[in-house]
Amino acid sequence: MIQFKHVSKRFPDGYFALNNIDLNIAAGEMVYVTGHSGAGKSTLLKLIAAIERPTAGSISISGQNIAQLKPGIVPFLRRKIGFVFQDHKLLFDRNVFDNVLLPLQISGFDNRVVASRVRAALDKVGLLKKEKVMPITLSGGERQRLCIARAVVHRPSILIADEPTGNLDIAYARDIMAMFYAFHQVGVTVLIATHDVALLEDTRHRILSLQQGKLAA
Amino acid sequence: MIKAWFGQHLFVLFQSLKRLMSAPVTSLLSILVMGIAFSLPAGIYTLMENLHAFSGQTGTTPQMSLFLKQNSNQLDIDKVRQLLEANEQVLRFEFVSKDKALRQIQQNSGLSDVMRSMTHNPLPDAFTVDMRDTNVEVFDQLRETMQAWPEVEYVQFDSAWTKRLNALLTFGRVIALLLFALLSVAIVAVMFNTIRLQILTKQDEIEVSKLIGATDSFIRRPFLYFGAIQGLASGVTAWLIIALALQMMNDELRALASLYSMDLHLKHLSNADSISLLLFATWLGWLGARISVASHLWQIEPK
Repeated sequence: MIQFKHVSKRFPDGYFALNNIDLNIAAGEMVYVTGHSGAGKSTLLKLIAAIERPTAGSISISGQNIAQLKPGIVPFLRRKIGFVFQDHKLLFDRNVFDNVLLPLQISGFDNRVVASRVRAALDKVGLLKKEKVMPITLSGGERQRLCIARAVVHRPSILIADEPTGNLDIAYARDIMAMFYAFHQVGVTVLIATHDVALLEDTRHRILSLQQGKLAA
Repeated sequence: MIKAWFGQHLFVLFQSLKRLMSAPVTSLLSILVMGIAFSLPAGIYTLMENLHAFSGQTGTTPQMSLFLKQNSNQLDIDKVRQLLEANEQVLRFEFVSKDKALRQIQQNSGLSDVMRSMTHNPLPDAFTVDMRDTNVEVFDQLRETMQAWPEVEYVQFDSAWTKRLNALLTFGRVIALLLFALLSVAIVAVMFNTIRLQILTKQDEIEVSKLIGATDSFIRRPFLYFGAIQGLASGVTAWLIIALALQMMNDELRALASLYSMDLHLKHLSNADSISLLLFATWLGWLGARISVASHLWQIEPK
């Protein structure tokens, strides 16, 4: 599903965020990416959504080489992916419902089905009763869940989360992780970057460990 | 598919209208500024059209009037007729008898009361002559020839003042065109800035939209609609300003014209011209927005 071949990302200042990465993630797999901050976790995830472009190597998603994707095609790649951003990127000028609605508007969904889609997504993350609330009044955990609802509302085949448990206490973090696991169980390919090793102690899933831009065994 | 596309556009249209309403004073002011800017050239153009219509009643083809001597009889008339038929420079001519001329004056001009009080007809028999050539020199030559005919009292060169009026109209049109061009640039600039400010306030939304798969045209669309709507609104404003001005001028003009027992009034732009004005204004608003979006959107790239 997701394949990295000799992928490197070197920033203009000469710093190697990723160095010769080879990687293969099967469809429906759930994978954790760990490492210290600055190890290249975020860069790895951003490469998949073509938010960053690799300086060397090739990345393919469902057989499509995205390292050489034309700018006009990039939006359609991103629609296949649900991204939970590290800094949430919620829009504070609209309520919870409209935040989740945005991906559906962008993809041009039929107006008659969007409302039920949005409510289904909000229900999955337990925010159904807050659909009219403005995001500014939500707690950190609620914002995280809102971000997840927005990432899954258009039913992407790949779900990517960058530090989704960042500032949450351990109980809340396990809650969030359980949500991702539920998506994995219905066949979504899930990638989660986290520095929180304690969360991964009893996981059965693959863990990719990044150290200074390289994959450790 | 097409229905969804149509629905999306309709949705964006309503969004843009809502955005316009959300800052009514600002929107109204910029629409007013653009409308006034438009009303100047469009107003001048309207006046020119009216003048043109007025001058059109007299005809713009070069024409001469041949007035025969007061005491001319049927024999003289026939002789002149033969001379005109023989002349190659004459395209066509028409005989206007003194009785017919009197009737025309009584019907058309404000002098009907004066004419009625006369005991006899003071008008001469006349020919109106249309020329084949528009060259002024040929004109003058022909006039001299005709003036030399013994039956002819006076030859009047009717097109002189029409020519002057036409020159004036052309001049006015050029001024209207220049104003149109200049103020169009100004309107594009105003729209450019309006949209630039909007893009700045929508920076987060644009960035997030790009991150979750919005195409450039999706991001552009609301701004283009906004520009087009404002353009259209300013076109309508200009049209209303002209209508109001004409209304006021017509009240005065009617009072003035009635003193000469004439019916004069200024007409608004024709339907076709009105639609052209509105379309042009809409297009300018769209264009300003398009340029603004093109020059600012690429600066907002997700990181």
